[in-house]
Amino acid sequence: MRREGSALHGFGVVTLKEVADHFTSILVVVLVVLVVATAVAVVRGAVDQIKEITAEDPFLFLRLFTRGGPLPLVALLSFLIPLIAIGLGFDSVNGEHNRRTLSRILSQPIYRDALLFGKFAAGLFTLSIALIVLWLLVIGFGLVGLGVPPNAEEMARALVLLVVTIAYGGFWFALALLFSIIFRSAATAALVSLGVWLFLTILWPLFSPALADAVTSAGDVLGVLDTRQMFARLSPSVLFNEIVAVVLDPSVRSTQQSMLAAMGLALIERGAIPDAPIPLLQSVLIVWPQIVGLVAGTIILFVIGYVVFQRQEVRA
Amino acid sequence: MSDNVIEVQDLTKRYNGTAVVKGISFSVARGEIFGLLGPNGAGKTTTILMLLGLSDISSGRARVLGYDPAREPLAVKRRVGYLPDQVGFYDNLTAAENLRYAARLMGIERGEREGKIKASLAHVGLADVMDQRVGTFSRGMRQRLGLAEILIKDAQIAILDEPTSGLDPQATVELLNIIRELKHQGVSVLLSSHLLERVQSVCDRVALFNQGNIALMGTVPDLGREVLGGGFRVEVEAEGQGLAERIAAIPGVQRVEAAGANRVLLFADRDVRPEAAAAVVAAGGRLLRLSVEEPSLEAIYTRYFQTHAGERHAA
Repeated sequence: MRREGSALHGFGVVTLKEVADHFTSILVVVLVVLVVATAVAVVRGAVDQIKEITAEDPFLFLRLFTRGGPLPLVALLSFLIPLIAIGLGFDSVNGEHNRRTLSRILSQPIYRDALLFGKFAAGLFTLSIALIVLWLLVIGFGLVGLGVPPNAEEMARALVLLVVTIAYGGFWFALALLFSIIFRSAATAALVSLGVWLFLTILWPLFSPALADAVTSAGDVLGVLDTRQMFARLSPSVLFNEIVAVVLDPSVRSTQQSMLAAMGLALIERGAIPDAPIPLLQSVLIVWPQIVGLVAGTIILFVIGYVVFQRQEVRA
Repeated sequence: MSDNVIEVQDLTKRYNGTAVVKGISFSVARGEIFGLLGPNGAGKTTTILMLLGLSDISSGRARVLGYDPAREPLAVKRRVGYLPDQVGFYDNLTAAENLRYAARLMGIERGEREGKIKASLAHVGLADVMDQRVGTFSRGMRQRLGLAEILIKDAQIAILDEPTSGLDPQATVELLNIIRELKHQGVSVLLSSHLLERVQSVCDRVALFNQGNIALMGTVPDLGREVLGGGFRVEVEAEGQGLAERIAAIPGVQRVEAAGANRVLLFADRDVRPEAAAAVVAAGGRLLRLSVEEPSLEAIYTRYFQTHAGERHAA
């Protein structure tokens, strides 16, 4: 059955209103300030460390993201960005139900699509603003602290990192949005989102190797490694960390390199010069499946939420 | 085309095989105040949501201003204002900001937006609190803010779900006055309520809902005749000789009861006040007081469900 009018009529109005809500929400502001402050502290530590140890590193600037203190910046981000994303999304739709505003808003000449798309776009936009601010602060601290300007290759890689980080945040936002559609209580949605986050980020990387070993018959070392890696990749945090490891270090030419190194093995590639940097495009190609996986996961979560929302009854 | 703004035929809504609205039919004429009355859970809100295209229609036909709410919901929603049961607003925004958001969703041009918001807030008596957060508003103020939203829309039909529930008497009177003004501006009003006496005073016609069916429909006096068998009670206070006999002879009067010195109560199937006055005057008496009690919806309702309670349990 064909409906008249655009499904996106009112989309811009909803987006603007939601963005305004996010920027005035105490919870979101506190979360963003917390993450940015932590990140800045970490980067200051990284600057001190880089000054001491490096002599002639061609990619000095990128070390800002991967070195420093007990927890490098990217590890911190992979852990804390989900927190901001969940904070943005957990009461998105059930909040409208609980404030009894949903039926009033939907009685205006708009489709439900516009409301949900608007909420998703506003969440992604707010997340992007927060991450761009964070990114600029890190680059700024790097410039001041290191006193060396980044070269074009480094800036390009840092930009790829920014985009991937937004996609990673988008996945968690879509998850929180989905739970805000499914559960009428905002507290339930928040707790379930946080539970999934803890499970996928902390528990899954610990349990997945054992599970992988249980399903595969013991074969050669590489086969076992492959299976373990496939299992671990069900966690978006693992995907994010794999992407970051390759994009921020031009000498890494496989997502298995670090694991092999930990086992005392070296990646053997015919005709390759060990540790020679590879171009950005090659780095991106290596982790392209992971990037696609993150975006696809986001889209799947959003589509499930969309279908559930369309079929939901308006009345409380 | 007929002058009905809402036409509903055999409208049915089923949730998982259970029908909650069972093939109802009714129509609302232009400029009419039509009441959907009945206990909670009788299917009133479900009917309203189907008319707005906010809930799927299982079977049957609905036309709102000639549009099919299932296929052309935007056309319907552009012309119909809706005040939901216990309407909610964004507590962190002011009254004007809430209306501004709604006005932008309606697609009202920036130029006329502010003027309309101010005018509608003044109309419902919220002009002096327009810059206060809605979080500080009482129930009655929220309901009035909801009506202001309908005014901004220039709606041809206002659909009000339980507009008076939870309001104190003063707020109820104010709200009913605004609803009457809507009618004077040519807006048709469809309102639902389970509070009968408050609604009786504003409705031109009512439909009594029972278990997803419309049990009774018509004007309140008509229903009174149908269910109570004539429900007018006229009280006459007059001085004179032999008045009671003369009054009892008026056609339509079924019974006369003495109610103290110089007072009689007439039970009639219509409003017999003119005839009663004429009778008193013709007998040379002095008419002191003449009042009529229309059949109350409450009585109609109670009687109807008493007589149909057996059927309901059997069903």
